[in-house]
Amino acid sequence: MLGKLRRLNRDVSKIALEESERLPSEERRRFLRSGLFTAGGAMVGGALAGVAPKALAATQYPPEIPPWTRSLGPGVVTDPYGVPSPFEKDVIRRNVPWLTADKVSSISFTPLQHLKGIITPNGLFFERHHAGRPEVDPQQHRLMIHGLVERPIILSMEDLQRFPSVSQINFIECPANGGMEWRGAQLNSLQFLHGMVSCAEWTGVRLSTLLQEVGIKPEGKWLLAEGADGAAMTRSIPMEKALDDVIVAYAQNGEALRREQGYPVRLVVPGWEGNTHVKWLRRLEVGDKPWMQREETSKYTDLMPDGTAHGFTWVMEAKSVITSPCPEMPLKNKGICQIEGLAWSGRGKVKAVDVSVDGGQNWQQAQLREPVMSKSLTRFSLEWKWDGNPALIQSRVIDETGYVQPTLAQLREARGTNSIYHKNAIQTWKVNGDGSVVNVQLS
Amino acid sequence: MFSFHKSSRVFTGVCSGFLLASMPMLGAAESVGHYGYGESPTEEQIAAWDIDVRPDGTGLPEGSGSVDEGMQVFETYCSSCHGAFGEGMGRYPKLAGGEGSLTEDRPEKTVGSYWPYASTLWDYIHRAMPFFAPQSLTDDQVYALTAYVLNLNYIVDGDFVANKETLPEVVMPNHDGFTWEDPRPVVQNERCMEDCKEEVTVSDSAAGKNLTPSTTGPLDEGITE
Repeated sequence: MLGKLRRLNRDVSKIALEESERLPSEERRRFLRSGLFTAGGAMVGGALAGVAPKALAATQYPPEIPPWTRSLGPGVVTDPYGVPSPFEKDVIRRNVPWLTADKVSSISFTPLQHLKGIITPNGLFFERHHAGRPEVDPQQHRLMIHGLVERPIILSMEDLQRFPSVSQINFIECPANGGMEWRGAQLNSLQFLHGMVSCAEWTGVRLSTLLQEVGIKPEGKWLLAEGADGAAMTRSIPMEKALDDVIVAYAQNGEALRREQGYPVRLVVPGWEGNTHVKWLRRLEVGDKPWMQREETSKYTDLMPDGTAHGFTWVMEAKSVITSPCPEMPLKNKGICQIEGLAWSGRGKVKAVDVSVDGGQNWQQAQLREPVMSKSLTRFSLEWKWDGNPALIQSRVIDETGYVQPTLAQLREARGTNSIYHKNAIQTWKVNGDGSVVNVQLS
Repeated sequence: MFSFHKSSRVFTGVCSGFLLASMPMLGAAESVGHYGYGESPTEEQIAAWDIDVRPDGTGLPEGSGSVDEGMQVFETYCSSCHGAFGEGMGRYPKLAGGEGSLTEDRPEKTVGSYWPYASTLWDYIHRAMPFFAPQSLTDDQVYALTAYVLNLNYIVDGDFVANKETLPEVVMPNHDGFTWEDPRPVVQNERCMEDCKEEVTVSDSAAGKNLTPSTTGPLDEGITE
């Protein structure tokens, strides 16, 4: 190792000398005096180990020439699988410890406050496990399709990838996203309030292709999807949706699914409750009736004030939220700023987003940023001149069906405060005079 | 080598099918077994994985279990999380009680107060419980636990024995409490752009509640309004 390093230093020094030959004389002298060459091995060794941020002088901007400009960095494949800069160490998923009994059956939230564009990086996609994250061996994993079909099959992951593939960008949202806030404002964080939504490009086989391959019998009207995890997660899905836009996905943003997202194969049910996107998919059964499983009866049903409950409320209705500013990202300066956010709808495309800075008295139409795709996150922005006075900022999405995102008061009026799921109300952020941002609710 | 032969045969099939079909039919001409990938499962393979149970009892296996037997199994595997009488522990679910609470301010959704089907109980215990060792119980133990939890909720008597005949007959108290068609959208907001309301009142704020776990940037600590 040391020998290699010495040889490398020699090579680097040689290259540096050769490089300096081409410089005008004054610059060449400065170059030769510079740390890289004179400090020799130590400097290069330091560069190989990565520049320690704390060792730097307080400022490295003009007129300073920063050390990373005067040294060499680590070579290729230092990280064979690349990782974010250490300066991004706070951009991570987080959980709310008091929310669940155990981390094995729990949820983590995507740091929406840090994300750009519409794609959630694979390592930041929110997690929802009911029995932890299984370590599934793709060589051993099988997907069985049976029930009311002409030709039941067992597919290996290799078999599955031989079918024609499709890719589409879709969000996945847990219907409990924001569910802690029905009764009042509790959490002061974009991440914890809205971070149970993420968006990725999914690649896999259309479920309709697989169902055509096995041949659905005429009485086959429902599909049961089941996971291979310790919860053996199940949901019933009507055949109409199964044949529409559902994907049996094995890839996410260009690489194999992450384990947290169901590696090696999951269902993607665009626009529907996250819970239906069964991970670690091992079985699809065709039947004539729904199965009334635990998840679709005792959970993921919406209790109304009269004591009755709505089941099979699969669609995630349109929702939007301002991601900048937000509690984690306060305003630092008066003057022109860009109000930015995300909007989405389980019924199709986002048609428009409006923004209010006075608590919903007046609204301005925001700009939608391309691409605007069906059942995908969509970015919006609006330029705003903040005068330093407190403000109540909100966003309101309108989807292509004409549905207008409701206020919290309207939702409470219709659904009470005990339905847990499907809280897609307009979010209000209060911007204080010092630029800090607080989660508030309006009456 | 087998798979090689198999795929060659499939390839031939695809080609001849393609030639026979007219061009506009491309994509729509796929039929059952068109690709021919994968294996045909044996009945034994299907039976081993096909564990779901429906409200009409479809999927329930042979075997049985009584309330008394269930109590013993429950004490061994379940009470550490769910409490000896299904009263729940901390954030672990309460299984019994809560009758009539669904319209109250703090509803308790338990097997007795909320679950619409008894079959779901058998299915779920069998597939996912006990939490730390799923799919480790015998069918008789699952029947016994189902009987015990139903009895904890006063849905069956103490001499109840659960089996594939008796369980589908059990009518849950909240069986009719659900609608299975999505009524949404039920809220119609208007897209008003100007002078939409006369006054704006902040009714609640997360500031100072100190419920937010630590993230990046300033949070509720120190923010008082």
